[in-house]
Amino acid sequence: MTTEVQVSAADPQAAYLEELVRHGLLIPMGVPGLYGRSGLFEEVVERFDAAISRHGREDGAEVMRFPPAVNRRDFETSEYLKSFPHLAGTVHSFDGSERDHHTLLRRLEEGEDWTAMQKATDVVMTPAACYPIYPTIAKRGTLPAEGALVDVFSYCFRHEPSLDPARMQLFRMREYVRVGTPEQVMSFRESWLQRGRALMESLGVPLEIDLANDPFFGRAGKMLSANQRDQGLKFELLIPITSTEKPTACLSFNYHQEHFGHLWDIRTPDGELAHTACVGFGMERVALALFKHHGFDPREWPAPVRALLWGRD
Amino acid sequence: MAQHALRVSEDAPHQDGDGAAASSITQDIRSILAESGVLAAGPEGLSDEDDLYAAGLTSHGSVNLMLALEERFDVEFPEQLLRRRTFESIAAIRDAVSGLLNGTAGA
Repeated sequence: MTTEVQVSAADPQAAYLEELVRHGLLIPMGVPGLYGRSGLFEEVVERFDAAISRHGREDGAEVMRFPPAVNRRDFETSEYLKSFPHLAGTVHSFDGSERDHHTLLRRLEEGEDWTAMQKATDVVMTPAACYPIYPTIAKRGTLPAEGALVDVFSYCFRHEPSLDPARMQLFRMREYVRVGTPEQVMSFRESWLQRGRALMESLGVPLEIDLANDPFFGRAGKMLSANQRDQGLKFELLIPITSTEKPTACLSFNYHQEHFGHLWDIRTPDGELAHTACVGFGMERVALALFKHHGFDPREWPAPVRALLWGRD
Repeated sequence: MAQHALRVSEDAPHQDGDGAAASSITQDIRSILAESGVLAAGPEGLSDEDDLYAAGLTSHGSVNLMLALEERFDVEFPEQLLRRRTFESIAAIRDAVSGLLNGTAGA
């Protein structure tokens, strides 16, 4: 029943997925991109999470933790649907009478589509960990002179079913988000481009940092991608996991200009629209890269890598 | 969001001479810029060469502008024109639209 077993192991992504499953690190759930994680996998994620905290600690970011869902109205305000309608996941729920319930059960029993009776709730799956912070910061009023720096960590949902274990539908993203003047957010991004590289180099994985674009939808998306690249708004730290030609983006460094400041009318003390930037860490992707390059047993990982992840806290 | 107070002409651009056609296209582009609200303060104070991004055109705004241009001129921008530079000024847009109307776009 699982899709995983039907694919040819000639596909390196599917082959790596099979290996991860065989070593018990990922637990298939019958949907591509939806997996359970073993205790060991989680330990690597937690240790990497702690390493990020150590690298960012001196900045004194405000910690916020949200559930993996956002307010539908905030989601609508975010204009996510303009850019990524194909990735969004909205939560629907039954909202009918007893008679409707009988119809639902009959359709279910007869193998018909029962989902058409579901209605959209006020809940939308979080598409990126930073989305809940913009309305939160906006509600506080004008930014202080030093701006804002927030530390977020959340499961995120993107509807892109794939047999690539590095492309999950539900995955975790840790982010530092900077809100402030253009100078403040650019200097934040610059410092994280260096810190991110240093952190990942110390984990002993091959990497490169490259200009990137988001997977915007359709022809409009072609233009948004070209704009994003022309302006150097997005960089990714890439690590080969299942391909050296197409390495996987494990960290990203994003400058949103005044996009979110404009949407939520976030202002700096001089009355200008706030700019924002974030650094995002793909937690599962980093774990997958570590298992790929250092093996499936962390006890055998190189001593400096073990020292960085397990040595001190 | 679109205001229709300044509707563009329903006529196709005049083809009776390059200068007249270009001027008609320019007028239509200015009308679209005015009614689509993609600029901070409308196109009145802008020369044909002024930078539209400096005048408040955003990435999403340039997408809306592209769609409005396609509708008005009944053209489709090919992929190689879907870039920031194509929409950077009224003159740049006019060149791109003229190319599409003459079938020489991206040549």
